[in-house]
Amino acid sequence: MSEAHASDVTRRDFLYIATGAAGAVAVGGIVWPLVSQMGPNEREKAAGAPVEIDISAVEPGMLITVIWRGKPYFVRHLTDEEVASATDAPEADFRDYASADSRISAAEGADPKWAIVGANCTHLGCVPTKIDTGLEGWICPCHGSKFDVTGRVMKGPAPTNLPLPPYSFASEEKLVIGLDKAGA
Amino acid sequence: MSGHSTYKPTTGLGKFMDERLPIVRLVHDSFVSFPVPRNLNNWYTFGGILMIMLVSQIITGIVIAMHYTPEATMAFDSVHLLRRDVSYGNTLQVWHAVGASMFFVAVYIHIFRGLYYGSYKAPREVLWILGVVIYLLMMATAFMGYVLPWGQMSYWGAQVITSFFSAIPLVGETVREYLLGGYAVGNATLNRFFSLHYLLPFMIAGIVILHVWTLHVTGQTNPTGVEVKSKQDVIPFTPYATVKDAFAMVVFMIIMCYFVFYMPDYLGHADNYIKADPLTTPAHIVPEWYFLPFYAVLRAVDFNIGIPFTDIVLIDSKLGGVLAMFGAIAVLFFVPWLDTSDVKSANYRPTYKIFFWIFAINAVFLGYLGSRPAEGIWIPLMKASTFWYFLHFIVIMPLLGWFEKPLPRPASITDAVLSKASSGGASQIDGAAAEPQSKG
Amino acid sequence: MKTVFKKFTTMISAAVMASGLALLGTSAASAAGYPLEKPREQDWTFSGPFGYYDKAQLQRGLKVYVEVCAACHSMNLLSYRNLGDLGYTDAQIKNFAAEYEVTDGPNDDGEMFERPAMPTDRFVGPYANDKEAAAANNGALPPDFTLLAKARAPERGFPTFIFDIFTMYAENGADYIYSLLTGYQDAPEGVDVGELYYNPYFAAGNALAMANPLSEDLVEFDDGTASTVEQQAKDITAFMMWAADPNLPQRKQRGFIVILFLVIFAGLLYFTKKKVWSDVAH
Repeated sequence: MSEAHASDVTRRDFLYIATGAAGAVAVGGIVWPLVSQMGPNEREKAAGAPVEIDISAVEPGMLITVIWRGKPYFVRHLTDEEVASATDAPEADFRDYASADSRISAAEGADPKWAIVGANCTHLGCVPTKIDTGLEGWICPCHGSKFDVTGRVMKGPAPTNLPLPPYSFASEEKLVIGLDKAGA
Repeated sequence: MSGHSTYKPTTGLGKFMDERLPIVRLVHDSFVSFPVPRNLNNWYTFGGILMIMLVSQIITGIVIAMHYTPEATMAFDSVHLLRRDVSYGNTLQVWHAVGASMFFVAVYIHIFRGLYYGSYKAPREVLWILGVVIYLLMMATAFMGYVLPWGQMSYWGAQVITSFFSAIPLVGETVREYLLGGYAVGNATLNRFFSLHYLLPFMIAGIVILHVWTLHVTGQTNPTGVEVKSKQDVIPFTPYATVKDAFAMVVFMIIMCYFVFYMPDYLGHADNYIKADPLTTPAHIVPEWYFLPFYAVLRAVDFNIGIPFTDIVLIDSKLGGVLAMFGAIAVLFFVPWLDTSDVKSANYRPTYKIFFWIFAINAVFLGYLGSRPAEGIWIPLMKASTFWYFLHFIVIMPLLGWFEKPLPRPASITDAVLSKASSGGASQIDGAAAEPQSKG
Repeated sequence: MKTVFKKFTTMISAAVMASGLALLGTSAASAAGYPLEKPREQDWTFSGPFGYYDKAQLQRGLKVYVEVCAACHSMNLLSYRNLGDLGYTDAQIKNFAAEYEVTDGPNDDGEMFERPAMPTDRFVGPYANDKEAAAANNGALPPDFTLLAKARAPERGFPTFIFDIFTMYAENGADYIYSLLTGYQDAPEGVDVGELYYNPYFAAGNALAMANPLSEDLVEFDDGTASTVEQQAKDITAFMMWAADPNLPQRKQRGFIVILFLVIFAGLLYFTKKKVWSDVAH
């Protein structure tokens, strides 16, 4: 058996390679379910469906916190002064400038007066506290980041503005978080 | 380990590590160059299969524990939501449950292989005893794991099995309360069983390492029962045993997958699809199939043992049954000394071979009896079958060693192989003449 | 090498037999000989290696459940969103769920309130809790339906249970439910069942507390299927089987692929082994 023919060697190599490849497939087949099970389960995903919020009782100046996908979101009904101050604030005040218009909205036909932003600081995820005096928005209790009333970051260490969730207004009284106008 | 190490580090890093933590050397000596008898048959692959089963149970167990809630009101739902809502949850949960059964299938074949080939005889007594310890730990683990889904059989199984301990004279009830963490099976029981069910597999893994260590000190037995005498008798573990074990494992997995994917409930109890209810006992409580023989032994003792012709009871039927059941396992520890024959393999022990098969059939029958209700004809059969179980170990095994005339054994493994090869087919002779070591 | 293969086959059958034989007790002994009659085996779409659920049948079954069974039986582990499996759209499921009221809360005033059910809610049961359910039914608690098709399995007996491994018979619970629902009959002469209803297919006695729930044309099927008792029984059983084992078709498909792969892998390993061992007599 020591002097094997060339064709014999090829056949043997092919066999070994095929077996090795099948072994690799087997390992992959074992690992995949073990990784896959780590993700959000069906219940979790279903609970991530859009939430409808009745905002008829939220007066100007009021802030409510709603939960979508287990995370809090601020829904803030701005007063006229707050809208004006946000619109007039100079670009230099912000670390991650975005226009006030892009961050305030309302149902079709109504005055845009709603700021709807993610309630976790973009630094390390703490929930910022509302500043009750003056026209400022929030300050983060963890590391002092400061946001205006529309959630734009004014002072670090947070690098970016509070994120905007996908949302839409079903009517003047009903806000849907998790579903934007395009239906995505 | 037996014999000197043949590992030679070739790279710089290999040499560096070898002088500090020679783990590569350990692996090389244990699973690459380790010499195994060349004549091992397929029954010897179950050790490897058991290793894979242990790993598989630990991995799937860790994974499904991520989705499980060990709390009495939520445990049942959490298992079923795992099966319904988690990606691959159904497969993983069933794999773990069916895996427990297949683990026992493999361990029973492994034990019977040991009994047939006399694998417990000198110098392998410690190897055998460690194996029995693993078996005991497996039973404890399986029992506690079965309680976790908190179905009817889980609950009432826990009720019955923990009641064993109340048979201990004087302190029994207290012992049971301490086991349960309450006056009845409840949330505290579930919590501690979950904790222990998570712990014990790692203890099993520890003892498995000792088990393999002793195996590698003494070397493996083989179907001839003749010890390894020369280099001719052995072949290196890799690639020979490796590829053989791998093939056996995959075949075993095919059988397991058949159950997992097509008959996931066949090995379980329908009653466990009903949430535990402390007020209603299911009509027929039976343990999982792998405990059935011992359950039959337990129920075979339905009489008090006392001093004849007086009313003095020394051991009541409850304690008697429990003692018999634990005795049925404990007797395994003494098998190395109960068997007085110095011939290892049953192939050369014509009488023992017959009794071995009678014992095996009796053990399976005992399992069948364990599933029968304790009434009518089944009770005397349980008693007879239990009696034979103990008779085999305590009387037949010692006596056979003295009275049996063994057949002539081959001088060496190589002799046995060559004589088989020449009678089996001429084509094998050439191969046998080749020096196996040169291919390692 | 043939002998090796033969040895392996005997080994496999031994392993299967060992597991099978020792298993005699899994479906438990029926001490008093109940059920009086064994379940009648039916053809189910979900049996066998390529089993699947017939969505039209499940939809009919859901209707039977909602209009008949749901008056007494809950389905606690099922959520409305699961009805997507039956082929309903999200909007249909939302409307279906909204017909039920669930208690939610507490709201910001600390009070519990009623709201229409949402797809994420679990099926709303007919009773607030088990005690109420039992009290409303003369003390006999109507069992929850979610897992019932798997929770009922009359003993198959020796040697049938061994053949079951090879015929892949796993529809014991479905056959039982179907047989029970179509098995009501008058008690034979001399058998007094008191307040109960005679049924020889019942697992725990000769009569049960539930009256015959089905009757001809009791439910009008939307797809025009003739509404016989057999049809209703078959559809509700299939629905219950789906509820108990919604992943069954996926599981069986997965199994087919896995086993096919393992057989090929085993074949490759067999020839590799043969090659490796070709220079050693053993």
